[in-house]
Amino acid sequence: MVDVFYAVFDPDNLFLKYAFIMGGLASICFGIIGTFVTTKRIGYLAGAISHCVFGGIGLAIFLQANMGLAWFDPMLGAVLAAIIAAVTMGLVSLHAQEREDSIIGTLWAVGMASGILLIDKTPGYFNLASYLFGDILLISSKDLLYVACLDTLVLCSTIIFFNRFFGVCFDSEFTLLRGINTSFFYLFLLILTALTIVLLVRIVGIVLVIALLTIPPAIASFYAKRLWQMMLYSVLLCLFFTWIGLGVSYSFSLSSGPTIIVLSGSVYLILLIFHKLIRS
Amino acid sequence: MQKKNGNGNDYKIKLNNIFFAYRNRNVLENVNLLIEKGEFASIVGPNGGGKTTLIKLILGLIKPDKGSIQVFGKSPKKARQHMGYMPQYAHLDMDFPASVMDVVLMGRLKKSNLWFSKKDRFEALNAIDELGMITYVNTGFNELSGGQKQRVLIARALCNSPDILLLDEPTANVDHQTEENLFSILKNLNSKMTILLVSHDLGFVSKYVKSVICVNRQVVIHPTTIMNGAIINDIYNGDLKMVRHDHRCSKEGHNHG
Repeated sequence: MVDVFYAVFDPDNLFLKYAFIMGGLASICFGIIGTFVTTKRIGYLAGAISHCVFGGIGLAIFLQANMGLAWFDPMLGAVLAAIIAAVTMGLVSLHAQEREDSIIGTLWAVGMASGILLIDKTPGYFNLASYLFGDILLISSKDLLYVACLDTLVLCSTIIFFNRFFGVCFDSEFTLLRGINTSFFYLFLLILTALTIVLLVRIVGIVLVIALLTIPPAIASFYAKRLWQMMLYSVLLCLFFTWIGLGVSYSFSLSSGPTIIVLSGSVYLILLIFHKLIRS
Repeated sequence: MQKKNGNGNDYKIKLNNIFFAYRNRNVLENVNLLIEKGEFASIVGPNGGGKTTLIKLILGLIKPDKGSIQVFGKSPKKARQHMGYMPQYAHLDMDFPASVMDVVLMGRLKKSNLWFSKKDRFEALNAIDELGMITYVNTGFNELSGGQKQRVLIARALCNSPDILLLDEPTANVDHQTEENLFSILKNLNSKMTILLVSHDLGFVSKYVKSVICVNRQVVIHPTTIMNGAIINDIYNGDLKMVRHDHRCSKEGHNHG
């Protein structure tokens, strides 16, 4: 593991340095948004959004190659798809009392499938695995700027609207009775979630997004007594898992996303068993 | 506190010919109801009979298919600021990380304020104290017992000094002693506000309850009538009244045949 430390500061390994900075910065929004996703119990919504992101990436690549729209890069496609998916699913879960699962499940699958079909119709080589499971080699200095901006947005919104988000997550009906526009804050939260997922896809990929969004808060919930504590612990755990995971994946030449997920998942399961044993 | 009342009556809540259907099933049919100031009423009726629906209509969380509802002579939505509401605690996420103070402060949420002020915290503390939970201010909500959770949720409903307190099954899943304590707290509150509560118990209500609103689309026959005062005394130590279903009802009186 020591070699990782030297490798990070090796100017030839700029990608590794970026990956570590990205992991560190991203942990802030992952921990905070992950806490909201976990306490509001919208993990399946987050999953559906992440798969729709793939549809957006597919569309961007298709338009770039076939329509000559060079400005339509995959990041833009991903952001657009994520926001459209978040708002659509948010409205569905607010208004459709029945069949909510079916509608969200359909969007989940169709988002993914349409991405694949669009890529089928695009000439050239496409590394599917890097989108599905993440690839730190994809991270550029531009991504670092994006994630810094998102951190600022998530942090400021959470500080300013903390009490409203708290109300929406804990007891939306009561919060509505206090005159707060709960639908607006719910959709706002979903949009922040969507943007966070887009960044998360860069690190751990589409398939593993839900795990990194929900495992740190799940562990944090063993120890946190209040919402802000859960956020803080989640951020720290997320940082720990991404950095250790990146280090291990570099040392043993493993894929970074799956390494991070297996690491955090095992820690969670071990702690879960430990806490069950203590209680009984 | 506003006391504008169009007809000069002192009715706090007025329901006029209310019809409400859920998924093509009529829950409430032609409901007429007047609640006076200072009332302490228990809403009873079978499951699915429309008790919670009635509360939610008064709060304006759902709209009736037909009929009109007025609270303080205004629409329920506009009157919300003057109503305190305690939902069934079983509907809340029991793993949510929140202290008792965090939960009660929700009652001080306001459109105009982003953060809680010193006054908000003061009022929340007062409400927690009034419900006898002051030693639990910093305790996790999920560490409390059922009865304690109910109290915290009542404190949350109270801390904005409402004129009407609406409670959905405040005595569900609590033992008799806890229920009695809760009712003596409510009795004290009743001197300041109108109280409406949903009870899961069909036959008996606390002695403090002034009237019973029986909600059911159809007439129900209550076997409790065969019990006499002595038996009730034996079972409940005389702290309960028997429901007289000829007293006040949700629809056209009702005959138990």
